[in-house]
Amino acid sequence: MSAPLLELREITVSFDGFLALRDLNLSLQPGELRAVIGPNGAGKTTFLDVITGKTAPTEGDVLFQGRSLVGRAEHRIARLGIGRKFQSPRVFEKLSVQENLALAVSRPKQPWPLLFGRLGGQERERVHHLMGIVNLQSRADWEAGALSHGQKQWLEIAMLVGQDPDLLLVDEPVAGLTDEETDLTADLLKSLAGDHTVLVIEHDMEFIRRLESPVTVLHQGHVLCEGTMDQVQADPRVIEVYLGTSEEEQS
Amino acid sequence: MFQRFQQSRWPQLLVWVLIIAAIVAAPAVLPVFRLNLLGRFLSLAIVALGIDLIWGFTGLLSLGQGIFFALGGYAAAMYLQLNSSSGFPNGIPEFFGLYGVKQLPAFWQPFHSPLFTLVAIWLIPAVLAAVLGNLVFRNRIKGVYFSILTQAALLVFFNFFNGQQKLINGTNGLKTDVTQLFGQMVGSPEMQRGFFWFTALMVIAAWVFVRWVVRGRFGDVLIAIRDDEPRLRFAGFNPTLFKTIVFAIAGGLAGIGGALYTVQSGIVSPQYMTVPFSIEMVIWVAVGGRGTLVGAILGAVAINYAKSLVSEAMPQSWLFIQGGLFILVVTALPEGVIGWWRSDGPRNLLTRLGITRRIGTYPQLELDGQEEVQP
Repeated sequence: MSAPLLELREITVSFDGFLALRDLNLSLQPGELRAVIGPNGAGKTTFLDVITGKTAPTEGDVLFQGRSLVGRAEHRIARLGIGRKFQSPRVFEKLSVQENLALAVSRPKQPWPLLFGRLGGQERERVHHLMGIVNLQSRADWEAGALSHGQKQWLEIAMLVGQDPDLLLVDEPVAGLTDEETDLTADLLKSLAGDHTVLVIEHDMEFIRRLESPVTVLHQGHVLCEGTMDQVQADPRVIEVYLGTSEEEQS
Repeated sequence: MFQRFQQSRWPQLLVWVLIIAAIVAAPAVLPVFRLNLLGRFLSLAIVALGIDLIWGFTGLLSLGQGIFFALGGYAAAMYLQLNSSSGFPNGIPEFFGLYGVKQLPAFWQPFHSPLFTLVAIWLIPAVLAAVLGNLVFRNRIKGVYFSILTQAALLVFFNFFNGQQKLINGTNGLKTDVTQLFGQMVGSPEMQRGFFWFTALMVIAAWVFVRWVVRGRFGDVLIAIRDDEPRLRFAGFNPTLFKTIVFAIAGGLAGIGGALYTVQSGIVSPQYMTVPFSIEMVIWVAVGGRGTLVGAILGAVAINYAKSLVSEAMPQSWLFIQGGLFILVVTALPEGVIGWWRSDGPRNLLTRLGITRRIGTYPQLELDGQEEVQP
């Protein structure tokens, strides 16, 4: 087994005494596609915040390609090759589809080259290629704010791919999408795995099943179990967590 | 028909033709006093362009631009004072004598040089803005907290300049109108006419410069900072750097505006660093239209011209009118006058008044249709 691309070691995050994550261990192999599920409040988003530098862990360490990410600023972590798609689509609404993607593919991301340089031919080609993948060519000059919800989701995924990260963190990519769009998104993510490592957080079980990937179940800030979708769904602990026992009503 | 007109580039071109025609015609038709006022307001337009860059595009509401404005003014005034002080005791500006100062303070020395002064006018405010801005931005202080900090800084500078008689003549400020430049009196009509032309050119240069900054991907990053800064970080951009740069640019522009304003009004004093004046600067941009560069220029010139006309006729009423304007913009025209024009405001108004017919679909759809019909 090769060295893991991403490794979380005994991560604990405490918000004023509330433990959002407790002794969380997780590792991802290069090229892997992994799904993370868990009831509301299980710490899924905090888990992404820790990796991307938005939240500092109270204890523990995050290693990416052998380097610790703890204490690095968000933009530096992003430049190391970690891209993130947010739960609700966050695109730059006053910029056009093309401009959104141009920012994502821009390299370097320093002020001076952006001020004096123009978008290179290669970068422009990439923008067109990405618009093709997510079917937004005809909307190239639209303000992103005018897109439908599904189109925004896709634009954000395209921006993420445009950053060309080694690790893609995708938070609820199919929330609010039609069935057809959901299927297309699953295919897109599957095609990205291999070249990239993809970690998907989702509630939609059918979608996770389509990904045909190993599943990690989070509950109350730590890993409850890992396995294939069928194994996980058959696990009595998972059923208990999802369906709820007497005192733990989870939606 | 009207919509075509509005969508095309003609109105924008027309506005520019009118502006340039007005500037070219002004020296011929305006009395010296009015021309001088217009020149001053044009120098304020340069400040407004800077505010538009940081507020309209980047979302940084600075209530402290008066600092940079005044620093530019002081730099120009110090040079002019030194340039005309050979006849006074000790060969230093006359006011020093009032306080028994016999030797020129060290920081005045470099202002003997015209070249140094020309650079200092924009570089000192820009560097100060970069330092202050960076301290604030790197700590991720945003929004209203940033505004309050800039206002606090403004008060600090105001009080400092106000109290330093022996250094920069304190509350009296530095006069420039009786100083000499190129062997002529700065306050003379010929010199003032020259300053007017120079200011007009500088407004256009500043407009071209700011437009260059906001176009392209750098400008897109600024808009992205304004709309969703955290998201931009995850895309690998460091907003702190971008914000520092534009804040420095706005500071430099304010310095240039302040210097031009000073030589045309004949004095620079701590009054340029009062809180209301810096807030007024923001109002010019808000009324003209945030994020529209022409709006910032028109807002600064039009509001100040209105202010001087109204103040002459009814001295007490200007503050009420200004307050009313601000309320009108906040409630009815959040995009400012130019923004209202560009976002179909005139047609909506005509529709509401029953002059034009309502359109049945989204404007976008109707427009799309038209575009397809055209060859």
